Amino acid sequence: MSEAKHTPAELGRIDLRPPRSDRRPALPEFRKGTYCYSALAKNQRYLGLPSRGEWQPHQEQWPLPDNWQRIILDGMADRLKRFRSLAVFMDICVRCGACADKCHFFIGSGDPKNMPVKRAELLRSVYRRYFTTAGRVLGGVAGARDLTPEVIKEWFYYFYQCTECRRCSVFCPYGIDTAEITMIGRELLNLLGLGINWITEPAANCFRTGNHLGLEPHTFRDNIDFAVDELHDITGIKVETPINKKGAEVLFIIPSADIFGTPHYFTFLGYLCLLHEIGLDFTFSAFASEGGNFGLFHSHEMIKRLNAKIYAEARRLGVKFIIGAECGHMWRVLHQYMDTLNGPADFLEVPRSPVTGTVFDHARSTRMIHLAEFAADLIHHGKLKLDPARNDKWVVTYHDSCNTARAMGILEEPRAILRAVCNHFHEMPENTIREQTFCCGSGSGLGTEENLEMRLRGGLPRASAVRYVKERHGVNLLACMCAIDKATLPTLLDFWVGGVEVAGVHELLGNALVMQGEKARTVNLRNEPLVAEEG
Amino acid sequence: MRAFTALLLVAGLVGIAVAAARVPALGPVVTVALPYAAVAVFLLGLVVRVVRWARAPVPFRITTTCGQQRSLPWLKSQELESPSGTLGVIGRMALEVLCFRSLFRNTRVRVGDGGRVVHGDRRWLWLAALAFHWSLLLVLTRHLRFFVEPVPGLVLLVQHVDGFFQIGVPELFVTTFAITLALAYLAYRRFANPQVRYVSLVADYFPLFLLLTIVGSGILMRHFAKTDVAAIKELAVGLSTFHPRAPSTLSPVFAVHLLLVSVLLAYFPFSKLVHMAGVFLSPTRNLANDNRARRHVNPWDPDVKTHAYEEWEHEFHDKLTAAGIPLQGAPPPPAAGIPLQGAPPPAAGATSQGG
Repeated sequence: MSEAKHTPAELGRIDLRPPRSDRRPALPEFRKGTYCYSALAKNQRYLGLPSRGEWQPHQEQWPLPDNWQRIILDGMADRLKRFRSLAVFMDICVRCGACADKCHFFIGSGDPKNMPVKRAELLRSVYRRYFTTAGRVLGGVAGARDLTPEVIKEWFYYFYQCTECRRCSVFCPYGIDTAEITMIGRELLNLLGLGINWITEPAANCFRTGNHLGLEPHTFRDNIDFAVDELHDITGIKVETPINKKGAEVLFIIPSADIFGTPHYFTFLGYLCLLHEIGLDFTFSAFASEGGNFGLFHSHEMIKRLNAKIYAEARRLGVKFIIGAECGHMWRVLHQYMDTLNGPADFLEVPRSPVTGTVFDHARSTRMIHLAEFAADLIHHGKLKLDPARNDKWVVTYHDSCNTARAMGILEEPRAILRAVCNHFHEMPENTIREQTFCCGSGSGLGTEENLEMRLRGGLPRASAVRYVKERHGVNLLACMCAIDKATLPTLLDFWVGGVEVAGVHELLGNALVMQGEKARTVNLRNEPLVAEEG
Repeated sequence: MRAFTALLLVAGLVGIAVAAARVPALGPVVTVALPYAAVAVFLLGLVVRVVRWARAPVPFRITTTCGQQRSLPWLKSQELESPSGTLGVIGRMALEVLCFRSLFRNTRVRVGDGGRVVHGDRRWLWLAALAFHWSLLLVLTRHLRFFVEPVPGLVLLVQHVDGFFQIGVPELFVTTFAITLALAYLAYRRFANPQVRYVSLVADYFPLFLLLTIVGSGILMRHFAKTDVAAIKELAVGLSTFHPRAPSTLSPVFAVHLLLVSVLLAYFPFSKLVHMAGVFLSPTRNLANDNRARRHVNPWDPDVKTHAYEEWEHEFHDKLTAAGIPLQGAPPPPAAGIPLQGAPPPAAGATSQGG
């Protein structure tokens, strides 16, 4: 592990004052630990994408196709016509700098090109040179620059050093959204076949098997069965977990990491507790076995390709509506893209809780609700018997994931659940939660091992806020609703903070949920004693 | 260097204006032809720019939500931060355009020892920006007294309120102070804040220096250099009624003021100043967060190859059987193009891709 090379003291020395001038050549240094490896040819080919063969970003010569400039410029012209966001954002930035120190990657690295305004200028300068009169005539004076191979390298470095978290867009007086810039910048790079493997491989897996991890149906079944057995040991209850069951009321969509990694897995046990206890008639789908969608980090076309299976399976299985579990970017796709790309979902019904009768009118078109919305409604109506003391070993804080906060506004539902299921809950400082929440530093397909230094740097502002509540309130558990958070925050918090674990909201719900016929619980869903051991 | 380039450009324009004021033959050019041309370029340029933006569709509803969504009835939604409908959007946009809501959130971050990230409120940018833009609006309104006869009551009212403190003759306007201070701070900030300095372009310094010079020449005319106000009013009314008459003499200060205003107008549509119009078209702000309630249609919905269930079942048929997962029912392999009951047809041109 390359993290051994770094210490918090060393990585924490950051100067946020850029040099007086940026007239250094546009050549990023592809230093180990700060970039992701290129997409493997087999994955590019599987998805029908252009492949540049075997190459790595640190190489001097990049294998650009002969007409690469034409491809990029045509791609830009095409996207300026297709995305009003891009057309407007290219023109209206006044470089007021309000976004500058809002980016976790800038705060954690001090690299001035990680200021959102500068990241956008990397694209804007080329836009000026080829798409505006002033830029064509005046060149550098008008802030324009030629499209050179160095520019492509710079784009690659910095567009894969943005997690599309949209925090900057909260602070921008015009709502300029760097996620749009980065998404379109990555689309342009992908036109040349310059992708990263941590995105392309999950996407290829997802296209083939239905999920990012490439779990084939029998493995999907086995992993779920394993969880059922584990839950039986903990609660004494054997829960039903139908897969591909036709005519179920609800199709239940999870991020596949929930049945594969920890601490996701404990959250998965929490879902099973809840769904069993209320007797919901639901089914998994072994094909729609992933709600997550790395297409979001690749191209708008890829979003659609990977997302199509969800409505298709809902239709095939004849369910009434869909519930989605805890995940961040998955929910950005489900909330802001799915209905547009693969809807209309007129074959489904408007979600209605069979337990409380609540009609989820806000999802009347997409017909898919978040499990936290569903569970918060159950708790509000007193339909769940809860014993929050079972979570008493935890002093909990809540980390809003970027996408559920800034692309959905689902802020209070998880908090309502947490307040009901645990006795010790403390918020992090207000500049670091809700719409101002800080990214884990590993989102948008950058959560790979080779990129560890940059992930640790990007996660610094989040970790710093966790350290604050740890020192102040003794927080020892960070709850969240995002699979990428669960995969990457443990490493981040171990490095910067120490002694704080990561859990899903529904893991804590599952701990507190008093189930009918359960045996006396002595352990939590992690199979750890319910009370903290002394010493 | 970039600031210097911008300064040179503005100084050059001032030089041209002063020189032109000395050549009587150029009087009509500076006072009539140039203003008309500038206004024409401004209007036409802005229309072209806005039409170009508006012709690009909004394929996805990508609202940036800055508050609680409308979901469950017992959870209070924040309609101005995460609007669930048109009314909320109007409110959100009004706050943004009139009060610079987002800028008001501004913080200043520093990283202390051991990577301790400290956030502090930072409202100076918001204050200066608000002071500048509102002052500019009021100053422009006051200027209508030159262009319209009789002067409308609203203009007189603005002028009256603006000169409330009645200091000096002619009285000093509050907005004169406000706009000067605000512009000075914004210029100072571009130099003093290393982050802003790093990203600043010539195109950022130029309009600042241009505006400062315009304001300065205005102050000079009102309070220091005696200017023939009657002649200027005659010119302005002539221009606005399309019966322009160039004044017989042209004071250098007025020439500078007028020429720079003309340049500003003509420069406007081709510069970052179009943020004035663009802010209304920003899709992260002007769309409701009602994604799951109302379907948003993308006019260029991409036609892509998706993976049909039948192909998937075909590839994993044996594993599905072994795992006891129910199959669709039809014996494999399903022929592409023949949709199975209750299932969507495979995507056009879909073929089974071996793993």
